Parts: sequence; structure tokens; C-alpha cells
Amino acid sequence: MVTPVKESAIEVRRITDYTWEIPRTGDMRVPGRLYADKETVRELLMDYEEKRVGGFTPALRQVANVACLPGIVKASLAMADIHPGYGFCIGGVGAFDIEDGVISVAGVGFDINCGVRVLKTPLTKEDIEPIKETLANQLFRDVPSGVGSTGEIRLKEAEIDELLVKGSRFVIERGYGLDEDLEYTEENGAVKDARPENVSHHAKERQFKQVGTLGSGNHYLEVQWVEEIFDEPAARAYGIERGQVLIAIHCGSRALGHQIGTDYLKILEEASRKYGIPIRDRELVCAPINSEEGRKYLTAVNCGINCAFANRQAISHLTRMAFARVTATRPEEIRLLYDVAHNTCKIEDHDINGEVKRVLVHRKGATRAFGPGRKEIPAAYRGVGQPLLVGGTMGTVSYILRGTEKGMEDCFGSAVHGAGRAMSRVQAKRRWRGTDIILELKEKGIIIRSRSKAGVAEEAPGAYKDVDRVVEIMHNAGVNRKVARVRPLVCIKG
Amino acid sequence: MPYSYLEHISDVGIRAEAETLDGAFESGAEAMLNLIFDLSAIAVSEDITFGVEAGDLALTFVEALNEILFIIDRHSLALKGLRSVKIKQTDGGHLFTGTVFGEPFDPEKHTVKTEVKAATYSGLSYKESEGKHVFECVLDV
Repeated sequence: MVTPVKESAIEVRRITDYTWEIPRTGDMRVPGRLYADKETVRELLMDYEEKRVGGFTPALRQVANVACLPGIVKASLAMADIHPGYGFCIGGVGAFDIEDGVISVAGVGFDINCGVRVLKTPLTKEDIEPIKETLANQLFRDVPSGVGSTGEIRLKEAEIDELLVKGSRFVIERGYGLDEDLEYTEENGAVKDARPENVSHHAKERQFKQVGTLGSGNHYLEVQWVEEIFDEPAARAYGIERGQVLIAIHCGSRALGHQIGTDYLKILEEASRKYGIPIRDRELVCAPINSEEGRKYLTAVNCGINCAFANRQAISHLTRMAFARVTATRPEEIRLLYDVAHNTCKIEDHDINGEVKRVLVHRKGATRAFGPGRKEIPAAYRGVGQPLLVGGTMGTVSYILRGTEKGMEDCFGSAVHGAGRAMSRVQAKRRWRGTDIILELKEKGIIIRSRSKAGVAEEAPGAYKDVDRVVEIMHNAGVNRKVARVRPLVCIKG
Repeated sequence: MPYSYLEHISDVGIRAEAETLDGAFESGAEAMLNLIFDLSAIAVSEDITFGVEAGDLALTFVEALNEILFIIDRHSLALKGLRSVKIKQTDGGHLFTGTVFGEPFDPEKHTVKTEVKAATYSGLSYKESEGKHVFECVLDV
């Protein structure tokens, strides 16, 4: 049942300069908590009061709506890249008690485990500068991108089922990568309890030719160089230094994930009514985690998560081979720094008020960011915390951050996922032309390759929030800490 | 065909209207396809008839759009539009049938603009007033 939302005022209280709270009122079971600066809060309140988001639900209302869902623990959270999504805001994090909580499609999103991995090369900026056009062309040729692109791995349905269970390992066994890549992938490249029988034929049919494709929209492959190191001990642990060339790959589970979202939106819509769960927005349909529908969705999401890991693994291989063709680098010299997932829900243990509790953490356009000592992160990084790979936009910078103890205490070990949009795609296309953006960035030394000029305009750097500001907020709040800033040299846009 | 795009910061909202219910479905499909493809570059050599069922008309609209996204991927088609829409009331809600048309997808010929991941329940509505049928919904792009 959808409870109509009363259009009331919303209050946002300052806790610190970078942490704000929406106090618990009405049906809210927990308060809302935002990582934001004063200016961001002012903008969010303006969106709320003037309904500047085109009649759609403003982000602050979405934070409050999530706070009303059954079984939510501690707070409905929003990271600094907060902007309106569907159901949950982008940058939204919600943890639910495993016994009496709910699972929601909107808390995961349609692009399940859209995520970023970063590879480390032994090359420097100076090595790449003279050959960046050649490198861009090679990568553009070798890594399939754009709408309707297909990969060279074609799978039968039985093989798809195996991929959905094994994740990255499935493609590594076929020669697409190194065994050590698994150690440096969140969840070692495959979450447990993935059940392909809960993924529809429709979803599998959409996947059989898309493994190893970048997709489109905001997905990209970027060659970057390390411009500045902020945290030497963490950079040493991660094996990165100033001037080094890195490669970032941003993509997700492609159409398989989209179809899982579509299928279960309908199933959970029926479940919401069946279990009488009061919801404030139709997109927030959900099911008890412990119901048949909830368990099926969770195990299907796990398949989507594994599919995305496999996809980024296959693209890593194509990237290593492309580098080997145009530079004097051997594929095995390009090592994986880490691979993080953005759109997920996962069962995790967290210390809540001095007690370890098992919760289902939804991260929608947010990243897991575990602090030092957690067993889930690679041994080499355990002393400093998990690396976070925060993508900027085509023309700006990206960041490598790390998880902290404060992040574990305050926000279930979570982080921002990117800059966050500041302008709609429609507006961006009205304001910029793709060809102008490509030329402008070329003058700044950044080579862009894309099959879609309109797509380039939609992803224009000016259409996004300032990534520096978003990162500063998280850094100053102490929940994530800056390790390094990187700048793009080449961008293959999906 | 009467449709428009609504400003949504991270995604794209569509508004489709027509004097008939069938026409509003067709407008909605074209609004979505026009986001994905340059429709003027698509010839018509193939069509596929499909059906979906859902509890109410707005949900049926979302189901139909999502099934069109599936057909594009599954059959590697560049689709131009939707026709021959029929809506039948059933015990469980509404049964939709319709036919999408277009041609095999050719990356050299077809300009693709945006990948639509899914039609969502966000901002979803169906209204009938003054002889107009209007659907609104947000597409995840």
C-alpha cells in the first residue's frame, strides 16, 4: 500500500560542519543523516522547497522515506554525492535488521554492482604522453563499448549459470586474468549464495553476448596518472606513487542486472501488498528479507553482483592486452589495485551500540568502505583500510580514498561513489555539444573516444558536482580519508 | 506523436499522451525509443508481437516498456515504434498486446544515443481527463 506523502516542511539540523541530521518525525523509525557541507544542505533544501526536481521526489524526502521502512537500523544515510534517484536517493545507504528488516529493489538500483576497478601499471605519465592517441585508438578498438555492443565471450545458458555463481573466477579460468586478481576484488570476485535459478531466462538471454562490454551512459575506461599523494603510508600499502599510470574501469552487470531489477520490482510490488508493508513511494516496494520473495531477490542480486565482477574482469584482460600491444608492458605487469561495487545489498556484521549485529546493507550509488582490521579486505591493505575508487568526470580528477574506523562506527563502512550529477541529461545536452567537449578536453591533454557524441554531452564535466568538494566533505567528516588524486589522460566513454 | 521529456537530475522522465489509451502506450514507447536511437535512421523490416500483464494501467505501461528493452537486447534490433496496441481487462488487472517494429541493429548505420536500463515505478502515473490519456514515468538511464 502506498501511503500518500504529506508535503510538509523538512528540517535539517547541523551536527558538525560536515554531518547533518533530519530529525525523526512522523512515521520515521530512525533519523536521516547526511554527509554534506552548508552549501550542499542549502541546495538540497531549495530543491525540496521549490520542487526543482521536476515534480519528482526530492533527495531529502527520499532519505526520510527510507527511514520509514521496517527494520531499518541506526539511520537512513546519504553520502556527500547525494542527488535524487528513484526510491532511494543516489548516495543512499540503508541497513536493515536481518530478522525483521526488508529488502528493496530501489536500494540496489537496476545496474547491479555497477562499480570501479583500478589497475596499476609500471608506466609513468611521461611514458604515455607521446603515445596516448595510439593507446586511445587501441583501447577503443579492443574494449567493446556503447549501446548494443557485444563481447567476444559467447555463453550458453548453463555457462551463464556457472558465471553467475563463480563471478570473476569464471573468466579467469578461461584465461582472462591472473589468479591474484581475485585477492584484490571485493568479495574475492564472487559473493556467496548466488542462485541462478532465481534469475529469469529473460535476464540470462540478455547476458549471453555482453560479457566483457563496457556499456554506455556514465560508464568508462580511463587511463590516469597519479597527480598527488595525500597519505604516504596508505599509498605505499596500495603500491601507488606520484606520476604512476593507473587504469580505471567503471561498468556494471549490464542488461542481466537491469532485467533482474525489472523482474523483481514487479515481484516485490506484489510482496509489499501481500505483507502489508507501508511504503511512501511506489518505487520503494520491498519484501521482508526473511520472506520467500525477499530471499529470492537477494540471491538474484548476488548473481548480478557476480556477473558485474566477471564483466570488469574480462575488460581488465582486454585492457592489459591493449596496453601490451602499444607499450613495452607485459600483461602480468599490470596489477589490480582493487575493485569496488556501487549498487549492492549485502549481509554484513556491524557493531551497533556495542553489540555485533547482522544487517543487510543497501548501498545505492554508494561504495563499501571498510576500515582497518576488517577480515573482508586484502591482507596487504588491512593495516590502512580498504581502498575506495571515486570517479570524477571525463575532464576532472578522480580520487583514491581509504575506509576508516569512524566510517565503520558512523555509516556501516560506506563511501561516496562519484561526483554525483548536478544537472539533468536533458539540460546537459541543451547546453553542450559532444564535439565541442571532445575538442576542449583535447586542449587540456585528455583524449576522448566515444561512439556517442550525445553521450559525451550528457556526461560533460559541468553536468556533475565538483568531485573535490564531495571528497573534501567525506574526508573532513572523517568517514573516508584521501590517499591520492589522479588525473585522466585517455577516456573511452561507453 | 505527443510526448515530452521531464527534467530529472539523474535519469529522464517521460510524459506520453494521446486521445486513446492505445495511442498513449504507443507515444510512451516512441518517447523511450527516441532516447535510445536516432529513429529517422531506422527502416522497418521486422516486427515482433508481445504481451504483458500487470495489476493496473500504470504498471502495465512500465511492463510494456521494459519488455521492449528486452526485445532490443535479445533480438539485436533497432526499434522505431509500437503499433497495434490492445488492452484487455482481466481478473488480475490488464493484459497488453502490441507489436514493435524496426530492423536488425547495425552499429554502422544506427546512431545510438543513450542506453535505457529500465522503466521504473518512480514518478509513475496514469491519468485520464478531458479525453486525454497521460502516462508519466522515470527511465533509469
